[in-house]
Amino acid sequence: MNLFFFLFSTITVLSSIAVISSRNPVHSVFFLILAFVNSAGIFVLAGAEFLAMILLIVYVGAVAVLFLFVVMMLNIGIENIKTQAKKYFFSGFLVAGILLLELIFSFSNLDIIFNNSSSNTLNISNSHALGEILYTDYFLPFQISGCILLVAMLGAIILTLRKREGVLRQDINEQISRTKKDSIEIIKIGKN
Amino acid sequence: MQLDPNHFTILSAILFCIGIMGIFLNRRSIIIILMSIEILLLSVNINLVAFSSFHGNLTGQIFTMFVLTVAAAEAAIGLAIIVVFFRNRGSIKVEDAEKLKG
Repeated sequence: MNLFFFLFSTITVLSSIAVISSRNPVHSVFFLILAFVNSAGIFVLAGAEFLAMILLIVYVGAVAVLFLFVVMMLNIGIENIKTQAKKYFFSGFLVAGILLLELIFSFSNLDIIFNNSSSNTLNISNSHALGEILYTDYFLPFQISGCILLVAMLGAIILTLRKREGVLRQDINEQISRTKKDSIEIIKIGKN
Repeated sequence: MQLDPNHFTILSAILFCIGIMGIFLNRRSIIIILMSIEILLLSVNINLVAFSSFHGNLTGQIFTMFVLTVAAAEAAIGLAIIVVFFRNRGSIKVEDAEKLKG
């Protein structure tokens, strides 16, 4: 178990470094997918099987593919990262290094007594336990997160919708408000 | 040797700092900055799941689910903004986003 944890975490950290330092954005997305898959393994080791599967489905299946789609659609090209990176490397390294030192210092002084046994006394699976409290105690936040997804979907559609000249579009109002009077004209043909 | 929470917290600290570093390092394309934000949210999720698992309290995992929801919504909106920005300016470099300076 410990071996697997170090395997997954090493691959996660290395692929995250590859995400931010890769020149080609497509490679970055692939390394992001690798990081997500390995952190799903870490979630399984922590006992959260349901969230691991959700991470695979939502992140790898939807978000990363969306990233890949946008990266490939926009035709960005390979960035020349080396010229620009040096200017920001020092400040970024300073901020991130100080933050890392602070976080490790504060986490290494953790001496909370964890009662690991309480989750295992009930003999139900992780998904069962999550479902029992998600639809009862956390019903309202669950509905609100649904609203957030709806707003995000509408926002994405409205942002990217555009009307171009010269492209025929279906106008439903115009279609259903047609009457017989203004679309059909009866022409009497003479007997000549 | 059994796993203890320190492993998870140090892993999430390292991932968080990699994400911060990515935001500083990639000042050229916005899409890498969005990916760095995803890494930041992932590290927060690892922390929440680890503490939830070691406490024996499922609230952290529920909250992780909400963080995942917000991350998915944020990725969708952010990528839509990037597509619109690319359509208007022809590139997604951060230096080209200078109109708001006035």
